[in-house]
Amino acid sequence: MKNAFPVLVVLAAIVGLWYLAVAPMNIRTALDQAERAGAVIQPEGGRARLEVSVWRLMATNSEHISAGYDLERPRLPTPAQVGRELWKTTGEMALRGKAMSKRSLIYHASVTLKSTLWGFLLGTFLGIAGAVAIVHSRVMDMSVMPWAIISQTIPIVALAPMIIVLSSQLGIEDRGVPKAIISAYLCYFPVLVGMVKGLRAPSSSQLDLLRTYSASQWETFVKLRLPASVPYLFTSLKIGIASALVGTIVGELPTGAISGLGARILIGDQFGTPLAIWAALFAAAMLAGILVTLLDFAQRITLKRMGLEA
Amino acid sequence: MAQEPVIVADGLDLTFQTNDGAVQALRDVNLTINKGDFVSFIGPSGCGKTTFLRVVAALEHPTGGEITVNGMSPDEARRQRAYGYVFQAAGLYPWRNISKNIELPLEIMGFSKEAKREHVEKVLKLVDLEGFGEKFPWQLSGGMQQRASIARALAFDADILLMDEPFGALDEIVRDHLNEQLLELWGRTGKTIGFVTHSIPEAVYLSTRIVVMSPRPGRITDVIESTLPRERPLDIRDTPEFLEIAHRVREGLRAGHAYDD
Repeated sequence: MKNAFPVLVVLAAIVGLWYLAVAPMNIRTALDQAERAGAVIQPEGGRARLEVSVWRLMATNSEHISAGYDLERPRLPTPAQVGRELWKTTGEMALRGKAMSKRSLIYHASVTLKSTLWGFLLGTFLGIAGAVAIVHSRVMDMSVMPWAIISQTIPIVALAPMIIVLSSQLGIEDRGVPKAIISAYLCYFPVLVGMVKGLRAPSSSQLDLLRTYSASQWETFVKLRLPASVPYLFTSLKIGIASALVGTIVGELPTGAISGLGARILIGDQFGTPLAIWAALFAAAMLAGILVTLLDFAQRITLKRMGLEA
Repeated sequence: MAQEPVIVADGLDLTFQTNDGAVQALRDVNLTINKGDFVSFIGPSGCGKTTFLRVVAALEHPTGGEITVNGMSPDEARRQRAYGYVFQAAGLYPWRNISKNIELPLEIMGFSKEAKREHVEKVLKLVDLEGFGEKFPWQLSGGMQQRASIARALAFDADILLMDEPFGALDEIVRDHLNEQLLELWGRTGKTIGFVTHSIPEAVYLSTRIVVMSPRPGRITDVIESTLPRERPLDIRDTPEFLEIAHRVREGLRAGHAYDD
C-alpha cells in the first residue's frame, strides 16, 4: 500500500491535467456546435473565431465550456469518455458473449497479441543467439555488433512497409508473418545488448577459477555465464516485449490491415472517430502493462528460486 | 621431514607485451618450494608475486626458463588436479548455496554424487563451516565467504594450495582469526601453500619461508627461512624472534626499492 500512494498521486495529477486540458482543446468545436443549434456566440462564425485565442473564447463564452466535455467527436475526449468507449468495446461486448466480434477491442487486441508474442519469441531467440556468438567470437563481436546498432537507427515506420511488400512478394499470405518480423526487429536489440552484458558479467577471477579446474568453454557457459546473465536477461525481456508490441502496432498501420489495435487506430483516424483511437491506444497500453507485469512476476520467481533475491 | 621439491622454478622469465611496449613481469626467478612448505610472497605492487603464482597455476605462461610442478609442466599439473587456487575475492556464485559452491569443481571433474557429498562435508568441517552448507553466500560474512572459497579450493584433495592475497579485503580482526585458522589447517593437512600478501606481519606469522620481491623488473631479492616453530600462537608476534624476521623482510623490501624513485 505504501507503494500505491505515490502512484495514485501521479495518476490523479495526470487525470486532473487531462480534464483541465479538455476545455481549451474542445472549445472551438463546442462553440461551432452551439452556434449551429441557435445560440449566440461572441464573435460570430467559426472563421472569425479562428482569429481569437481559445482563452478569450472561453472567457467570453464561459457558459458553453461545459459542452466541450460531452462532444461526440472531440479533439480531446475526457478520461470518462475514453473509459466508456473502452468498456463498450470490451467488457460490455464480452458480457453479451461477443468478445470475439470484429467490433470488439478484445478481438483486435488478441490479433495484436498473437503477432507480438511470435515476434517476441523470434526476437528473443535471435537476441540470445547473437549474444552467445558475440561473447564467444571476436570476429562476431566486431562484425555483428556494429550492424545490430545500425539496424536500430533505421526508423521502423520506413522499414515496415518494405517488409510487408517483400513478404507478400515471397507469397506469404498470412498477415501475421510480416508483423511478427517487424516486431522481432525491434525486440531483438534490447535482448542482444542485455545478454551480451550479462554473459560478460563474470569477473576475470571467476573465469580464471574455472580455468584452474580445466573447465571447457561449454561448462564455463552453462555453469557461470548463463546463470550470471539471468538478471540481465529479464530486464531486457521486459523492454523487449514492450518493443515487440510497438513493432506489431506499427506493422498494422500501413498495411491496410483490418484487424489489430494498429488497424483500429488507423481506421479511427480515417473515419474521424477520436474515441475509437483513444480506446485502442489505451487497450494497447494496458496490453503492454499486462505483458510487462507478467514478465516481472516471472523474474521475481526465477531470481528467488536462484537465491539471487532475498 | 625429507625435503621433497614440489615447485621448482629455474631462471624463469615472463615479459608481457602491452601497448606501452614490453613489461618484464618476472626476471630470472629461481625458487624451489618443498612439500609441506608455507611460502609467502611479499613485495610492492608490480613485483610479480601474483604473476609467479599464476605461472605456477598455468594461468600465465613464462617466456623463458623452466618451471615444474610435481615434476610436470604447470598445464599437466593442472590436469592432474595438483593445486587449488584461492583469489582475493571469494567469488562464490550467488545462485548456489555454500555446499553447491564447493561442489562446483567436483561437478566439473566428474565426481560421483556420493563422493561429492563426502568431500563437501569434509572440507566444510576443515574450514569450520559445518551447518552452513545450505546458506547462500549473501547470508555469510566476508570472512566466512573467504573460508568457503578456501573449502572450494580444498574440495578435490589437491596437495598444493595457491592463495593470492586471500585476506587482503578483510579487516584486521577477521584477518588475524583467519590466519590462525589457516595455520591450523596447514598443520592438520600438511599441504604445500603458496601465499601472496602485502602484509609483513601476515607473511612472518604464517610462513616457513618468505620470498621478498621487488618490481621493474619483477624479481626475487631475498628468501628468508623462518626460525619460528611450527606451532604459533597469535602472541608469537610480540617475541623478539618474530620482530627480527619482520625487520629483515622490511630491510629486503627497502633494498629492492633503493635504485628507483
